[in-house]
Amino acid sequence: MQAGKLPVARRGVISRRLSGILEPYLYVSPALVLIIAVMLMPLILGLSYAFRDIRILNPFSGGFVGMAHFQTLLTDDAFFGALANTAWWTFGSLLFQFTLGLILALLLNREFPGRRLIQALVFLPWAVPTFLSGLNWAWMFNPVVGPLPHWFTALGLMDEPFNILSDPDLAMWGPIVANIWFGIPFFAITLLAALQSIPKELYEAASIDGATTRQKFISITLPFLAPTIAITLMLRTIWIANFADLIVVMTNGGPADSTQIVASYIFTQAFRRLDFGYASAIAAVLLVLLLAYALGVIALRRAMTHADS
Amino acid sequence: MNLSGNSPTQKAIYWGSHYLMIAAFVVFALFPLYWLLKVSVTPNDILYTEGVRMWPSRTTWENYTFVLTQSNFPHYFMNSVIVAGTTAIVTTMVAAVTGYSFSRFAFRGKVIIVALMLITQMFPLVMLIAPIFKILAPLGLTDSLTGLIIVYTAFNVPFATFLMQSFFDGIPKDLEEAAMIDGNTRFQAFRRIILPLTLPGVAATLGFVFTAAWSELLFALMLVSSDAASTFPVGLLSFVSKFSVDFGQMMAAGVLALIPACAFFLLIQRYLVQGLTAGAVKG
Repeated sequence: MQAGKLPVARRGVISRRLSGILEPYLYVSPALVLIIAVMLMPLILGLSYAFRDIRILNPFSGGFVGMAHFQTLLTDDAFFGALANTAWWTFGSLLFQFTLGLILALLLNREFPGRRLIQALVFLPWAVPTFLSGLNWAWMFNPVVGPLPHWFTALGLMDEPFNILSDPDLAMWGPIVANIWFGIPFFAITLLAALQSIPKELYEAASIDGATTRQKFISITLPFLAPTIAITLMLRTIWIANFADLIVVMTNGGPADSTQIVASYIFTQAFRRLDFGYASAIAAVLLVLLLAYALGVIALRRAMTHADS
Repeated sequence: MNLSGNSPTQKAIYWGSHYLMIAAFVVFALFPLYWLLKVSVTPNDILYTEGVRMWPSRTTWENYTFVLTQSNFPHYFMNSVIVAGTTAIVTTMVAAVTGYSFSRFAFRGKVIIVALMLITQMFPLVMLIAPIFKILAPLGLTDSLTGLIIVYTAFNVPFATFLMQSFFDGIPKDLEEAAMIDGNTRFQAFRRIILPLTLPGVAATLGFVFTAAWSELLFALMLVSSDAASTFPVGLLSFVSKFSVDFGQMMAAGVLALIPACAFFLLIQRYLVQGLTAGAVKG
């Protein structure tokens, strides 16, 4: 508080009122400046690139091309392949992450000796840097150093040890397995937190009334978990659909684009071909699709809550 | 809750399968990391002949000595420490004041700012790669650690803000009101009274952001072109594409990349739930 010429009492009132109005904005401003400069402005700029010819290696590029990128996109088989792969990658990963995460959360929800240690150990994959998870799993699938192909052969799943990452039909399983490994802890932690917030009295009351374990699970546990499940599934769908790191590290979208998802396709266009215009056009389409998905989920939830009441 | 049945046999069967399933999860979580460790200490000449053995007949540290003395990895490691460390500190400072204001003030536009921050958590950051490159290039911030720090700080602020807010929400308002009656300004009260009380929250936020910045790959790949500014992920990936047969060395380098992340993980483990609910979108 700066000392002014005003009488102490009035100065206090005025400056307090002024600072009362301005203070919150001062606290928020550094974050706001960062987000606007590094996220919002690039987003708008990127959307404008979608209508321009911007190739880093071509100094004459930069002009407006209208809808040309989107027309190219309509006939780009690699893009439609990437769309299908995105759906496969997202729901394949999500299904296993969620199911296994839920089982793990239920297992950890009971008190047993050594639970804290076990909890730390099973949550560890979440802390492993994603590039390392990707590389590590790529090595696990590599017959030269990894045990997995040899085990698959011993089990009769493979005629001879080979790397599934170089087989276009199987390659997507590589990043999906890595993603499951990496993502189980996330679901386990969020669901465990939700489980632990369920009042214990409910189970006791149900036991007194003679409810079986399954009845209790269906009529107490699941309804309590439902909101958490709904929100995490929706948010995770979007997050996984955008999560290109594992694919870039493990397969780079190959072989023959068989593991290319839309997010990794954007990265490939920008990073390897340095075609920022086309990359931004794909990004714009991805943004619209994700927005449509989010709105669809919200509409669905609204319809369902209306149906309930 | 009575899941385990009543008779001793039922109980034994229940807990037997309970532990069996837990063990399966532990093995699935740890085996790949164990394998990383195993290959990193296997001498090159028996790497192929003893490919699927659980532990090699001889072990060696030569992969580690190579990585630490003959390669650029110590340099990449330092770059990553600088980038992740600075990002963590700056992000936590920005997130502390923002999170505090979300927790304590009602002000015009707050809803919009919160919504903006939530949306940034959901949108595909990969679509910012090209425009951010174009913005940073003329400023001389591509191929520089400073550029990476700015980008990572902005990306992590929203999540860190919600995390810090959750810690501030747990501290009674009376505390700083009392301090303000005693003649402190609000900022003094925040700095002297409230912030010291949220030190565990500050530590957790530092840990989360450090881990996130340490792991970031795609923007580092795009923005960094020289060895001098390479972070650990970029260095490791270029090493993999150049010397893809030196598995022992790659994995030794991988183990090194794991150390700081795991150290922070153990540190923040207690706050995992809070962090994940704050940044549910982020992972």
